[in-house]
Formats: sequence, structure tokens, C-alpha cells
Amino acid sequence: MSDSNIIPKWLSVGVIPLMNLFLAFCVSGLFIFFIGENPFRAIFVMIKGAFYYPGAIGYTLYYTTNFIFTGLAVALAFHARLFNIGGEGQAYVGGLGVGLVCLIFDQHVVGFLVTILAILGSVIFGAIWGIIPGYLQAKRGSHIVITTIMFNFIAAALMVYLLVNVIIEPGQMSPETRDFASGVGLVQIHILAKYLGLEMAMSPLNLSFIVALIVSVGFWFLVWRTKFGYEVRSLGHSETAAIYAGIKVSSTIIIVMAISGGLAGLVAINELLGVHNKLLLGFTAGYGFTGIAVALMGRNHPVGIFLASLLFGALYQGGTELDFEFSSITREMVLLIQGLIILFSGALAYMLNPLMERIYIKYYGNYNNA
Amino acid sequence: MLESFQIIISLLDSTIRIATPLIFCAMAGIFSERSGIIDIGLEGKMLLSAFVAATATFLTGSPIFGLFAAILMSCSASLIHGFACITNKGDQVISGLAINILASGLTITLGIALFSRGGQTPPLASEQRFMPIDFPFLDQLSFVPVFGELFVEVISGHNILVYLSVLAVFFTYYVIFKTRFGLRLRAVGEKPEAVDTAGISVIKMRYQSILIAGMLCGLAGAYLSIAHGAGFGREMSAGKGYIALAAMIFGKWNPIPTLFACLLFGFLEALGVRLEGVELIWIGEVPVQVMQALPYVLTVVLLAGFIGKARAPGAIGVPYSKEG
Repeated sequence: MSDSNIIPKWLSVGVIPLMNLFLAFCVSGLFIFFIGENPFRAIFVMIKGAFYYPGAIGYTLYYTTNFIFTGLAVALAFHARLFNIGGEGQAYVGGLGVGLVCLIFDQHVVGFLVTILAILGSVIFGAIWGIIPGYLQAKRGSHIVITTIMFNFIAAALMVYLLVNVIIEPGQMSPETRDFASGVGLVQIHILAKYLGLEMAMSPLNLSFIVALIVSVGFWFLVWRTKFGYEVRSLGHSETAAIYAGIKVSSTIIIVMAISGGLAGLVAINELLGVHNKLLLGFTAGYGFTGIAVALMGRNHPVGIFLASLLFGALYQGGTELDFEFSSITREMVLLIQGLIILFSGALAYMLNPLMERIYIKYYGNYNNA
Repeated sequence: MLESFQIIISLLDSTIRIATPLIFCAMAGIFSERSGIIDIGLEGKMLLSAFVAATATFLTGSPIFGLFAAILMSCSASLIHGFACITNKGDQVISGLAINILASGLTITLGIALFSRGGQTPPLASEQRFMPIDFPFLDQLSFVPVFGELFVEVISGHNILVYLSVLAVFFTYYVIFKTRFGLRLRAVGEKPEAVDTAGISVIKMRYQSILIAGMLCGLAGAYLSIAHGAGFGREMSAGKGYIALAAMIFGKWNPIPTLFACLLFGFLEALGVRLEGVELIWIGEVPVQVMQALPYVLTVVLLAGFIGKARAPGAIGVPYSKEG
């Protein structure tokens, strides 16, 4: 299935996705209604929580950063018609890259250099966790969906083992490494603003957000302005055509999965270098899965992904506000909304097409014949 | 010697308890995927039905009612999956994923709204659960060496759903390989065009298959919350649906090998728990995480074709559209 060519593009790319999103929110509202709360009040509380309070926007953009990384990761794989469900595991292992670099070098090398190396570490480790499923798909024909699911679980087991037994801070009960040295890390925006003489409310928003924006532009350039991007998209449209055009399918698949894993790995710089300043258990908190919803909603384009990430950032930050304002709705409501968005914007993305086509033809005639 | 025999007996006993929900879900997966529909949503269906089973049982006091409510819930989730990827030809992986995420959010949200216990349901009394059944002649048999002990400890003394899961395997085998319905189901998964040409509705066949899958997932969910456990806890399916998916692939989409894969994965988990903190000769202490990761590693290795090739049904993941 693809976008309809009976109706104009602004309808199929603009209006229908918005209607799908609207449907997802309507169903979420129905659930809130059945629980016995006012859905409009819930929306109001969430919007206030996401944008109004001091620091709220900072928190929203901090979540947005994670979703840009994982959304781009999923989107790149989608362009080659690969479904990378492994963003969660790739981000987690990316954290191992950050952690190892910092723990090994931070006592001996200047902070700035360690930070750069740690960013590279997150990308390389994430990429490795993407390359293996990519290789298995390209060379051994294992289905990438299954392999990446399995790799999420393997990553979880690996990280628990390492954090509990190997890199835990000695004498510490909870599975965390020691704090990274003080010069290491990505500076938070409110601290940066203070140096510039601006007053900003405290929030975990840090330089990773800027990295995310730069990476988004890079993503656009890579996919639509380079030979490699052309090969990736050709492969996504038709593997047979790609083979006849002389594109090396298996190496393209492996490289796509490497970049995809590296992008997911960057979540670790936002979480570990920007906020926690150490490696800890479960810091990925489902961001990898949310990336799938983001890529679907954003239609695999960086602009769309930015907007979808912003929406999910607002949902996550606004969702925490639900805990305070309501006794019977909690932030888990956001998971429900997320599930519904994946259902309506992803699995049911083309449900409204026949209806829209019928309405359009009735009033305007066939778009292509006009 | 006697002690190690005791250890083996207790290991086998917990293997069966752990494997039961895997068996139900893996059989569900076989029905769905043999008809050409990828079912990532096993996990979510199991979670939803575990919640509904516990809730319905708590409200009515009857586990039978809870069981049927669980099956109904799971089948509804199957119908959503079907509506998305059979009727609307949506992506099957995305739809399954949506069901899983929806299930996490929905069970916690509804649980908190209904019971205000942080997402748990109130504990169930023993008469509200499916309790262990003791087979007759236990006393006489327990004197028989080895076999008697095996019978008393491993075979007897489980709840009804454990025995049902074994029946489910034979049911799956019989339906898929020995009936006309099964022949058509396999054909729909391999070459839907052929089935369509023979005048059989591909859509209807696929809906029927995923409804059977829904029923089986419902049984798995009910096992978790009203038989093995005494109430629902948040995220209580804990990845079992994905292990079942792995077991189904490991069993190459065949019921009997899949049963053994489920038992193997169950055994690995039981062994992992058992080995925690135990020093083994030659090896030393085996981290529990190694045992946890082993089912996934084995499945990856198998899928990569290093231990025999696992081949999925031919038309899996492809929505069916009639020509013209």
C-alpha cells in the first residue's frame, strides 16, 4: 500500500494523517471519559504541563531530543524497507559506549575530548548492535523484525549483567556506574543561558538537542541528496529494480542498519552525558519504541519527525502532570495514546483513503485526469 | 544421588509451570502465522486477557467467568489486528506493536482507575482460582521408585490450564495437519491466490485463524492471573509473548517441535533461577542473565541458518488483494 494517486498530495500527506491523529486522540478521549474524568480537562492539564510551567518547555524539548534520534533511526531503515524494532536495544548499548569511554578516559584526558569520544562511542556501539541484525538479514536471510526484537532482549540481559556485576560503582547498591568526572558531559541549556546573561528555568534540556537538529539536516541530505540515499530509497521501492540497477543490496542493508543503530545510540548522549552523568539501568525507558510511532507519524521525513517528536515530547512531559492533577489517570495514559497513534497513523494509515477518494471524485472528478 | 534426583524433579516441575503460557501463545502464533498473519501482538493479547481475567474473576467471584472474559478480550484484540491488517491491508508488524503498547497502557490505566492499587488487581482467594488438581492413586503410586515420584511431583498437581495447554498442542497439530480447514489455512499462508482460485475466501480463512489465536492467547493470560498467579500485576506478561514467538520460530512453525522449544526455554529459565548463586565445578557461577538471554540467542542462531533452516510461511506479512 502507498499513498493514493487519485487525490492530490495535500490531502493524502496533509489532511489524512491529521485525521488519523485526530481519531487516535478521540479514542483516547473516550477512554478518559469511561474512566469518569473529563477528557478536555485532561488535554488542558497536559498542554499546561508541557508548555506553561517554568521549565516545562525545556523538559518537553529534552524528551523531543530522544524521539528525534530514535525516530530518525527507524525512518532511515524504513526508507530501505527494513523494519528496525531494535532502537531500544541499540540506544541501550549506545549507553555502554558512552559509559565505557567515560569510565576509561575521564581521569586522564580533558573533559571536552572525553565528551567527543563518548559521543562517538554511543554511535559506534549503537551501530554494532544494528550491524549484526543487518548482516543476518543481508547475508543469512533472517527476518530483521525478529532479530531486532531478540537483540532488544539480549541487550537488556547484557546491560543488567554488566551493570550488576562488572561496571557498578564498588560499595554501591543500585546498579549504576560512578559519576563521570565533572568536566565531562553536554552542558544544559539553562546553564549556558546563564553565562549569556539570560534567566531560564531549570530543565534537563542540553546541547544534545542541537546535535539532534544538526543530525536531522544531515539525515535529509543523506537520504535525498547523496548517491547512497538514492540507493537506499531505490532498495526500498523495489529490491529487484535495485539489483538490476547495480546496487549492492546486502552492503546497503548493512550500512543502513549501522547508521540506524548509530542514530538510536545517540539517545545515550542526551540521557547520560546531558542529564544523569553516569550509566544506569533502564535509561532508555521505551524511547526506542516511541521512535517507531514518531517515524510513522512523521512519514520518515526529518521535518515530520521533528513535529512528531515535539508532539510526543509534549505528551511525555504533559503526561507527568496527569499524576498530580488526577487521582485516576496517570502518565501511563500516554502509553495508551501512543499505542492508539501507532494503530491509527501506522497500521490503519490508509483506512480513510477510499473514503476520501470517493468524496474527492464526487466533487472534483479524478485528480490525475483533470 | 537422591538429592540430585530431587533437584531434577523440582526443576522439571517448574519447567512445566513456566512453559504453560509459552505453549498457549506459541500455538496461537502458529495458527496466525501459518495463515500468513505475523503476530507480534501475542504479548499484548496475553497481558490484556490476564488483566481482564483477574478483573472479571474478582467482580464475579467465578474463575470460569474470568476465563471466558479473558478469551473474549483476547479475541477482540485479534479482531482489531485483523481489521487493521486483513481488511485495511495495514502493516502486520506495526499493528501487532500497537496492540502491545496499547495493552501496557490500557491495563495500567484501567487498573488504577478501577482499583487504585497502582495497577494491580486485588488478590484472589484460592476458591476464585484454578487450583492444582491431584490425580487419583497418588498415595499408592508414591511408593513406586522414580516413576512414582515423577508422577506425583511433575505430572500431577498442576491446575487445569496446564493440562489444557498440552491438549492445545495436539489440537493445533490435528487441526492444522489433519483437517480440511487446516489444509486451507496452510494454503492461505503459502499461496493465497491458489486458495482464492478454488473459491475459498482468503479474508474469512485469515479471520478464523486469528480468532483461534485469540482464544489461545486468552488462555495464556488467564493462566498468568487466575491460575498460576492470584491476581494481575502490571506488565505481568514480562516478555513471555516474545519468548513464545521465539519458540514458535525455533519449532519451525510446527506444533510438536514448538512444544519442545517451549519446554526448553522454560527449562532454561527454571535452571537460571536454580543456578543463581551456585558455584559450578569448572565453570564457576553462571550469571542468571546468561540463562535469560539464551532463548533469544538460540533463536537468532537458528534463524541465521546455523542449526537447520527455519522457513516462514511463504505469504507471511503480505496483505492479500484480489487482482483487478
